[in-house]
Order: sequence, then C-alpha cells, then structure tokens
Amino acid sequence: MAEHVIRMPDVGEGVVEAEIVTWHVKIGDTIDEDQDVVDVMTDKATVEIPAPVSGRIVRLNGEPGEMIAVGSEILVIETDESVSVEETKNVEAEPVKDAPAPAATSQAEPAQSSAPPEQPEPTKTVPVAANNSGSKPLASPAVRQRALELDVDLSSVVGSGPAGRILREDLEDFVAAGGRQLTRSDGQSSGLQKLTGTTETKVIGLRRKIARNMEKAWTTPLITYVEEVDVTEVEALRQHLNATKSDDQPKLTLIPFLAKALIKALKDIPQANAHYFPEDDKLIQFDGVHLGVAAATDNGLVVPVLKHAEAMSIWEMAGTLSTLASQAKEGKASRDDLSGSTITITSLGAIGGLVTTPILNPPETAIIGVNKIAEKAVFDGSGRVVPRKFMNLSSSFDHRIVDGYDAAMLIQKVRALLEHPATLFI
Amino acid sequence: MTNELTCDVLVVGGGPGGYPAAIRAGQHGLKTILVEADRLGGTCLIRGCLPSKAVIHAAETFEQASRLAKTPKMGISLSAAPHLSMPDLRNWKEGIVDKLSGGVGGLLKAAGVTTIKGWATFSNAKTCTVETEDGPKTIRAENVVLATGSTETELPHLKYDGDKILSSRHVLDLDELPSSVAIVGAGYIGMELGIALSKLGSKVTFIEAGPKVLPGFDRELIKPVTDALKAHGIQVLTNAKASGVDVTEDSAVLSYDTENGSDQISVEKVIVTVGRKPVLEGWGFESMGIDLDGKFIKIDNQCRTSMSGVYAIGDVTGEPMLAHRATAQGECVADILAGQKRVFDPTVIPAVCFTDPELVSVGLTPDEAEAAGENIIVGRFPFAASGRALSMNAADTKGFVRITTRKSDHVILGVHAVGAHVSELSSEFVLAMEMGAVLEDLSHTIHVHPTLSEATAEAAMMALGHPIHIAAPKR
Repeated sequence: MAEHVIRMPDVGEGVVEAEIVTWHVKIGDTIDEDQDVVDVMTDKATVEIPAPVSGRIVRLNGEPGEMIAVGSEILVIETDESVSVEETKNVEAEPVKDAPAPAATSQAEPAQSSAPPEQPEPTKTVPVAANNSGSKPLASPAVRQRALELDVDLSSVVGSGPAGRILREDLEDFVAAGGRQLTRSDGQSSGLQKLTGTTETKVIGLRRKIARNMEKAWTTPLITYVEEVDVTEVEALRQHLNATKSDDQPKLTLIPFLAKALIKALKDIPQANAHYFPEDDKLIQFDGVHLGVAAATDNGLVVPVLKHAEAMSIWEMAGTLSTLASQAKEGKASRDDLSGSTITITSLGAIGGLVTTPILNPPETAIIGVNKIAEKAVFDGSGRVVPRKFMNLSSSFDHRIVDGYDAAMLIQKVRALLEHPATLFI
Repeated sequence: MTNELTCDVLVVGGGPGGYPAAIRAGQHGLKTILVEADRLGGTCLIRGCLPSKAVIHAAETFEQASRLAKTPKMGISLSAAPHLSMPDLRNWKEGIVDKLSGGVGGLLKAAGVTTIKGWATFSNAKTCTVETEDGPKTIRAENVVLATGSTETELPHLKYDGDKILSSRHVLDLDELPSSVAIVGAGYIGMELGIALSKLGSKVTFIEAGPKVLPGFDRELIKPVTDALKAHGIQVLTNAKASGVDVTEDSAVLSYDTENGSDQISVEKVIVTVGRKPVLEGWGFESMGIDLDGKFIKIDNQCRTSMSGVYAIGDVTGEPMLAHRATAQGECVADILAGQKRVFDPTVIPAVCFTDPELVSVGLTPDEAEAAGENIIVGRFPFAASGRALSMNAADTKGFVRITTRKSDHVILGVHAVGAHVSELSSEFVLAMEMGAVLEDLSHTIHVHPTLSEATAEAAMMALGHPIHIAAPKR
C-alpha cells in the first residue's frame, strides 16, 4: 500500500490560500488516474485537480467554501503499489514551492465536521466514514411511511428533534412550505399553491468572490454617465466585415470596435486606464490597455482579459475574446487570463437594457457598460424621418480620480469614434 | 371443484412469510390463494422456532426440578429426581404446534383466503399446477408471492438418515433421549438444541469448524453463554472439521480434523446444524425466468423479483433468514399489491438466540460501529445489579444490557443483551432504533419497577455517566 498526498496547489502569484469549490469524490471512492477529484478556486480561476494515480480515497480535507492554505494536504489516495508513502509530484498545478507553509497551515480552519484533521495515519483499509455519510435520515417508521406516500425525500427535510430526528411536524412543515417533491401525483387541485419555502445556500466560490469585490467597490464614490451612440455606421461595417470575412477569421461582435474606440480615447484621459490604491495614495496609469471583458457563465460572472489590446487588430481581439470566453465559461481559464485588467467593458448583450449602473472592478478607475442596440426613427439633417440604430453606453468612474468632465469627455470621444468608424482606423 | 382457478394473488408457501402475506392480501379484498404442501405454519411453526422453544422450556423446567431434587432452594425440595418421558414431551409440543397451525388456517379463512393443500409446480411465472387430493388444479394468478422458505443444509459426508445422523427437525421429534450427541455446527440452531438436550440429560459435544461458537455475535456477548456451556459440562471443539461418520447399530463414530491432527468421538447420535439453504428446487422455479442473487432470489426494496408481478419474501430471498423478517416482507408485499405505497426499509432487523442465557442483537456492535468510523460511547448494565433479576434467580448469569451510541449526538447505534429472558426486552431495543432514539429518550422513559427492562434505562444512564443502581463510571 502506498499513500499519495495531494496538496493545495500554488495557483498564482502571491496566493496563500485557495477555496475548495466542489468535491467530485468522497472517502472510499475508487478513482482512476486523471479523474477530476476536486475543483479549487483562487481569485477568479477555478482549477480542476486530477488524480495523479489510481486508487482509493482515504482522506479529504475541507468542505466546499472552505479556504485551504496552499501546500496543505487536501486529499490522500491509497494505491496498491508497494512503494513507501510518497508525495505526489505530478499534479498539474505544481505543489507548493515557496509559500509560507507553516503559517499558512494554521490559517486554514480545521474541518471539524468532516474528517478529523489529526487522525492517525491509516495503515489499514478500514473505511473512514464521516458521521452520517451513507446513513439514513433519522425518522420513525410512521414518518418514513408518510414521506414515501408524499413523495418526499427525507434526506432533504431538516429535523427538529433530538440529534436532528425528523418529526411528523417537520415533514408537514416541509410539505406545507412547498418542499421539493419527487413527483406530483395529485392531479385534482388547480395546481396553484402558496410557495412559502426558502432555499438557503452557502455563498461560496465565485459568488463569494464577486460579493467581496463588489463590497470593496461600494466604498468607491462613483459617477455614472450615460450617453446614446448612433451605431448605424459601425454596425453596417461590422456586418459587411462578417459577410466578407474568410473562414479562418472569427465572427466580429461590436465589442472589438468599442475596444478600439476606447483605446484611442484613453490616450487623452489616462486616469481612466489606471489602478488606484487609496491606502497608499497611489495611482498607476498604464500606457498599454489590458481590457477586461465581463462575460456571464453558468457559475457567475467572469472577466477574461485582453492583454495589450492596444497592440491588437479587431480580428485578433475577436479571436482572443472568443477563446477566453469559452474557456472561462467552462471554468478552465487560467488565473492569468482572468486577472490584470486596467479597464473593463461589461455587456449584457441583447438584454442590455436601456441603462445600467456598472460597479467598478477595483483597483480600476473606469468601467464601460454596453446597453442593447435598438432601431429608432430619427430626423435626418433634411427633416426626413429615417431609421437609425442606437446604443447607450452606461459608464462608471472612480470619482476620486476621474472628474465628471473627464468622464464625459472620454465617452464623447468614444461616441465620436464609433459614429464615424473610419476614424477608428486612422 | 373446478380444475382451473384464477386469483389476484397467489402465495406459494404457508410459513411466517406466506401466511401473513395471504391474510393481509385477503383483508385488502384481493382474491387470494395460498398453496402449502405441508401443514400451515412453515418451518418456524412446525419444525423450527416454536417447537424448539417448547422443548427448550421443557428442558429448563426439567433441569430446575433436577437441581431442586439434588439441592433444595427457595425452601423447595423434591423427594425424588424428576422423570422425563420423551413421547409425552413430544405430544405436548405437538399439541402446541397443532393449535398454532390450526389457528393459522382459521385466520386465513377469516380473511377470505382460499388455502389449497398440495405441491405447486410452475409452468411459467404466473401459472402453476397443484397436485391435490382432488386431482390436479391449475392456478393462473395476476400476482405471485414466492415464500418457499429454506431447508437444512446437508453435508455430503454426513447425510441425514433420521436415525443416527439427525437434522434439527429430527431432534424435535425424538422418542428417546440420546445419552450422548455430537453436534456439528455451533451456530444458533445447534446451540439452542444442544443446550436443551444437555439439560434433559444428554452428554453434548460441539464440533465447530470456525474459531468460536455463535458466529455473528460478538465475544463479549457470547462469554456468559460459553461460561454456561462449561457449567453444563458441554464440550466445544472449535476449529474442528467433521470429516466423516461410521454408523454402527448402537453408535455413531464421528471423525474430525483439528490443527493437531485427526480425532474421533463415539456418540449415540450425530446432529448436523450447519445452516439453511433456500428452497428453489422441485417447483418449477427454473421455468419462471427470475434472476438470482447468489443462491437466493434477487429482490428490490419492494420485494419485487426480476419478473413483473412476481414477488419473493423470506428465506428464499437471503439473509437474515429470520421469521420476523419474512413476516414484515409479507405484510409489505400485500399492501403493495393492494395499491399502497410501501417499501421494505427497516432500520434494523433484530436477532435473538434462545441459548441459556439468551442473546439479543439489534444494530451495530461497538466494534462494528467503530469500523464504520463512528466515535462511540458504550453503556453496560449488569443484571447482577437488577432487583428483578435477583428475585427470579436470573442475576447469576453474568448477563447485561449494552447500548452503543454515537458520542456526538447520542443516537443509539446498537443494543445488545445477554441474560435470562432478555428475548422479551428486544422490542424496546428495536423500537428505540426505529424511532431514531437518543440515550436521553431511554433514560427519561419510566421503566416499570421491578422488571428486567430497567436494565435498559440503566445502560442508557451508564452511557450518560449517571446510573442509579451501580457506581457511575469514573470520568
């Protein structure tokens, strides 16, 4: 027997702890080499950790949502090999190198409710089950029978009795609250019922990350500025380019055009392409533009970053964005791809609405929100009514750094560039 | 009577699984037929649990009288040693069996069940032919409940002859008490019978292939039983494998192998009790297209077999082969057939052994609980500290009640007991576990004084650290 210890990998610069997002295995499971065993997250990158060897899981440390210090043991796989205890070296993300391991270890909260952290080295193959794992919900035979009749899975009912025993009232309350039922067998009623239930979930992972960032941003005094942009011409250009592009070129969205405009406009308003650290009274203005483009994924919002967008053509931007966005959606983007932006564009696409109030992504000083494109009837210069396409830009700025006038100037420049698309390229 | 019958429910076998299934189905208004070739009641009632309990009770009574004749106690003395008439004992036992079997017939009738006596042979999953006294009858059923039970496992080199080599059922019908017996297999059936025979006056020797008697019960629990075996002069040879038998007119010489080589023992009768096997032969099971799980019929948690409309209950479906499991399954299946939503989903299936002293096993033992990763507290209360046990001469058996609980929330994981009459305490153990009881539920329940059941509450208090009738454990 040999034990392979998997430690929390070092996923990025300066990261001392990472969060367990999802366990794909439990104690006692037999796993194959390369099977994904756990998702961990640092900053905004979720990393899937594959098993380096085949074997059986004997220990897991940390519950979803728990922060674990880099270098701490997160799971132990027992194999049939007759080699001595060995630390696995071939986890894709490298094990700890120079992280302050001892200090970091004490930082991680011991997982009291699951596997005891100090258990002796298991030398035998006795299954170490968590307290209630595999055992049935505690309930009397009459309550179990009633649950069966009601199609209620008792494992989802919270018991109020001693040791969490599910009482008849608990079951009734659960059902009255519209508790999750496996099937709905009663076809008699109108189907309408009061839904008084609540679903409590732990705010962990990306959601928690976003929440903390937003909290930080809320301490920033914002100015939000909304302007209407006539995108008829740039849309015509975009459609023409898409219609005539070669097969190996990516499909263009409006974002690369907006990015191009923004990059040009930022030359005059550099404080909007900057990081502000109020505690140090420090503002870093960047020559280059690392453009964050927020994208919705199944797990929440992620922001892939176009590094040095100022050196990219619209085609390059479109291609890179499409690659990064799909990686981010699958949770496979690297931390590097998701961090280091100097300014952010946020777009809800077709559901962009009329106006949004974007919140900054600290320490950035500006964020540009894209609203939906709508066709409107407008008067042209000669008094005729013509159809034009309009899009609002809703942009927020750190008002400590960016004055209202400068904010307006930036957006007016962007507007001018987009309304005369030829100027984007000269 | 017509030769073609149809029904909603056909129950095959009238034992403790089949007859409750039929009664419940009849109560539900389903047209139900029960087929049984023997008397009603099955192994349990006719040649197992109940007749053996009658013999065990008689043996206990005889032994008490023998002891009193030798040494007066409680102010009672007997002027002569008691006399045992095995034919009369057998008749008394048969009287009980007749009463019970007849009672089952009456209950079936009252529930509107048609009982057909004869051997059923299936031609397909829903059709069987029964050879009855009135000729063959063909039964076509919507649903079939297989409850054919189990029979004694026979060793090829120790085939039952009903004379010198006996099965458990032969032992219950003995007309003469053998002066000496060798019992191959020291499981609960052999143990119960061997202790009873010893009390009646036989010299008893156990030949057990395994390392200890009563496999399935833990050592702490068994200790009072093995002590009692020694006190009765019963010899137990463990790690001994019976290899063959030479039968002469008035004795049987049993050969066995041990680690130290081969040996022999000459006895009047050899009794073989090495377990039971499902009855799956001789009634057309192979024509029904039903899957097996090992040597048993495979069923799901509603006792459904792989063939739709065919259910199986009791010993044919596997371990534990216990009458009360079969009964519970039978009731469950009948409710399902009546359209109710039921599953067979017990928290525990209790086991009782009518040795002297008796054993009860409900749920996990301390070792099993720890092996399952539980952090436990164990509370024990000895009957030596029970007033009621003292008052009925039941305190000197070294018996106790032992409760195993989870340390974190006091949920009861197992209750075990050994001692005189503890079989009657078992239901409280089972109820506690089915209700999801914690230690405080037991300790806060008033237990009648003076009864043996107080030991259960005291064991719970012991686990909590504050028993009344014994010194509290040191902290």
